[in-house]
Amino acid sequence: MEDQKELKTLIIQGAVYKTTYTKKFENRVNYETPNENLIYSFIPGTIVDIFVKPKQKVKEGETLLLLEAMKMENQVRMPFDGTIVKIYIKKDEIIPKRHLMLEIKPA
Amino acid sequence: MSLRSNVLDLRKRKSEVQKGGGDKAIEKQAAMGKLTARERILALLDKNSFHEYDLFVEHAAKDFGMEGKTLHGDGVIIGTGTIYNKPVCIFAQDFTVAGGSLGLMHARKITKIMDHALKMRVPLIGINDSGGARIQEGVNSLAGYGEIFFRNTLASGVIPQLSVILGPCAGGAVYSPALTDFVFVVENISKMFITGPSVIKSVLGEEISMEELGGAKVHAEITGNAHFYAETEMECFEQIKTLISYIPRSNLKKALAHKPKAPLKGTNIDDIVPADPRIPYDMRELIKSVTDGSEFFEIMEGFAPNIIIGFGRMDGETVGFVANQPMVLAGVLDCDSSDKAARFIRYCDAFNIPIVTLEDLPGYLPGVDQEHAGVIRHGAKILYAYSEATVPKITVIVRKAYGGGYIAMNSRHLRADFVFAWPSAEIAVMGPEGAANIVFRKEISEAENPEEMRQLKIQEYKEKFANPYVAAAQGYIDEVIEPGETRSRILHALQVSENKTASMPNKKHGIPPF
Repeated sequence: MEDQKELKTLIIQGAVYKTTYTKKFENRVNYETPNENLIYSFIPGTIVDIFVKPKQKVKEGETLLLLEAMKMENQVRMPFDGTIVKIYIKKDEIIPKRHLMLEIKPA
Repeated sequence: MSLRSNVLDLRKRKSEVQKGGGDKAIEKQAAMGKLTARERILALLDKNSFHEYDLFVEHAAKDFGMEGKTLHGDGVIIGTGTIYNKPVCIFAQDFTVAGGSLGLMHARKITKIMDHALKMRVPLIGINDSGGARIQEGVNSLAGYGEIFFRNTLASGVIPQLSVILGPCAGGAVYSPALTDFVFVVENISKMFITGPSVIKSVLGEEISMEELGGAKVHAEITGNAHFYAETEMECFEQIKTLISYIPRSNLKKALAHKPKAPLKGTNIDDIVPADPRIPYDMRELIKSVTDGSEFFEIMEGFAPNIIIGFGRMDGETVGFVANQPMVLAGVLDCDSSDKAARFIRYCDAFNIPIVTLEDLPGYLPGVDQEHAGVIRHGAKILYAYSEATVPKITVIVRKAYGGGYIAMNSRHLRADFVFAWPSAEIAVMGPEGAANIVFRKEISEAENPEEMRQLKIQEYKEKFANPYVAAAQGYIDEVIEPGETRSRILHALQVSENKTASMPNKKHGIPPF
């Protein structure tokens, strides 16, 4: 099975090995440093309400929107004092997990 | 009634019950491409060896219209029989009877045959094909599952337990297979999951088919829940029979010996492994070059193929092989391959099967995903399993044995009984490239031509450390051997280890990093 696969390279401690990859290895998610100015959904669900508008100044802890998932309304709150830059979602929209909802910036 | 008419009456009753859910339901089962529970048992066991019990068991549920319903055998067949003339206990859920749903009496039949298997010290084979808990029987159905799981745990490490998934096996029901030693799945037939596609869709909005969520391939390649994958039920039964031929009946016995055979001629062991440690080869070829008849029965072929596990025979006796596979991910250890090997090592140890380890690995797989997935605790399992195993443990270092990987792969330090190395072995903290960069950092960076100096230093390190003789000088390697001697050295080591005694400190049980 592997014989027909094209050999790829894998670097372990400076040495370059010829080998094949597994599907799991190829599908692994590359790590990205979280950008705290981008608010993603942590669970798939429905946007029940949005309480803010672009350019609005918001204090830390204020509720930005309601995301309903698993029959629970989750309040998504402002992580720090700042401003709403852009809103990527609409009311009643059904969104998947890790979906970009809001862009904000610190005050 | 005369005795004769009594017998006729019995026959009539039997044939009625043996039809399970009746002709229509059997037709439906066939339309799904599935054999019936009874057909499966008869196809798997030796001819005319099946003996059934509890055929006339009936449910006693009174609610939700159940009082008027007859469920033949309560949806499960139990009994004993033989495979290759060795006794086994077996149960098979009958999907034609109320979807094979599990009620109180159904569970009692299963636990009866489980108790029997444990008492008689014979293997248990469970064929799962069930819609799940019989909701009409409420908590009694849950109690039934709990009683089964408890017995799976009691029997673990005492008798072999095989789970064959030939239909749906969903919700809590999946935990019985998960607790057993070997799980068999068949393409398009097996479906295993805790939460089904419809619930996932309604709750999370994620759309996925049953096959993509918990089909045979998924469990054989992604989750690691299944050990054997087959395209048809008949192929699956052949796999079960082969497995049974390799393993002992219980932890009190050794696997039955077969007639010793020489490996097939034609493969020259010297030609399998390339000299350059960065060039891959198929480690299975090497295993086959030392086993009787060049036969190797691989387990979990599709999951974490960077490590190979399975059974072969040497001089007629069953041996468990654990080997790095340079052909996939350069043979690294990672979360999945550690889990895979560790559980197999514990299986071999529990059932008196010697372990032969063939080593050729560059170390652990680097990556944020690995670290965050817990490669520390997963990797620790392999150390734990090798250290605690008291069966004969033999290691052959073929090429690379670097760093933590060297220690983990049944090194002398984990009480390997025999450690051999080929002259091509490189036993070191890391490969020459990485080591030279660290040890000679200053010389390299200050050199007029750093790259030239780097290559020079790599060469210097190679000559000094990338060989088996430094480890052999310490006695960490018992002997440096020629590739052609591998089989005879392992055979002799196995012979010498036959009466091995080794013990662990008294304890209730250890606390492995599950």
